[in-house]
Amino acid sequence: MSPDESGATAQSGPLQKGDAAPEFSLPATPDQWVKLSELQGPVVLIFYPADWSPVCGDELSMFQAALGLFAKHGAQLVGISVDSSWCHLAYKADRKLGFPLLADFHPKGAVAKSYGVFRDDDDTTERAIFVLDAQHNVAWSYVSPVGISPGVDGALRALEALS
Amino acid sequence: MSDEETELSPAVGPDDHVSGNADAPITLVEYGDYQCPYCGMAHPIVKELQRELGDSLRLVFRNMPLANVHPHAEAAAEAAEAVAEQGHFWEMHDLLYENQTNLGDVALARYAAQAGADEGAFTAALDGGAPRTKVQSDLESALRSGANGTPTFFINGERYDGSWQLEPFLENLRSLLAD
Repeated sequence: MSPDESGATAQSGPLQKGDAAPEFSLPATPDQWVKLSELQGPVVLIFYPADWSPVCGDELSMFQAALGLFAKHGAQLVGISVDSSWCHLAYKADRKLGFPLLADFHPKGAVAKSYGVFRDDDDTTERAIFVLDAQHNVAWSYVSPVGISPGVDGALRALEALS
Repeated sequence: MSDEETELSPAVGPDDHVSGNADAPITLVEYGDYQCPYCGMAHPIVKELQRELGDSLRLVFRNMPLANVHPHAEAAAEAAEAVAEQGHFWEMHDLLYENQTNLGDVALARYAAQAGADEGAFTAALDGGAPRTKVQSDLESALRSGANGTPTFFINGERYDGSWQLEPFLENLRSLLAD
């Protein structure tokens, strides 16, 4: 399935608490796709501007360090950027990340647009986090200044509030 | 996260490694990773802050090893905690930051001895598991407090997102004294 079939439409601002999370299907590797509706339980979507950038590295490493805390809530972490799946493959191996990085690469940023976090001025995405409940409605969302890694505390608190 | 959310949790307490005046008006908490090059760069800067601010600054160090990118970071942090049980934490802390590129197990045991620790007690402490528990508890506190990279600093309980280069950092801390 290509991202075109997700029927995603552009949002004017980041999705907020209570909004239904738009469906997507994106490649995690050149031959494996992840579909939101196939993920069980709560999901934490981490939109970040680019693989290899120093701030993104810090941000994803913090989520990796917190993987056990998120697992306690049965939550699945998913990173998303506009990099290609080949780029993600190299980056994920280098940083030893234990959660998928999805390629919102073609058409570029279509999923980010449907969540309202695409950046037209530089063709990347906002540094944004969406916590989805088990029914995949937005329980919490946060957009961080692009230059500042947000940390994992907000997402953790949002998950704790769900249970 | 917004200011009111990125607060240090738990607050500085008896389990923390503290250097400086217990009644200082400024408490600086560093969440650090001994294998992280940025933390290594920050180390002499923090020393300089201590020299410049003297009794006005209380420094606290907590562990935040990012094992995915720094394979020796957890073992180094645990070694520092094992040495701390013998009262030589800060000596070990300095040795680790000054020898970041050589943090293998043999080197860690050598630094422990240099820091003044008894070798048998050091090994026994590591085997006992308390250092590992302390390191993981520090890491969880970092994650829950909104630490967002290595190093992350908290000034009087609030995350500091400004520059930790010496001049801006010192200026920021001095401005708190002027209030």
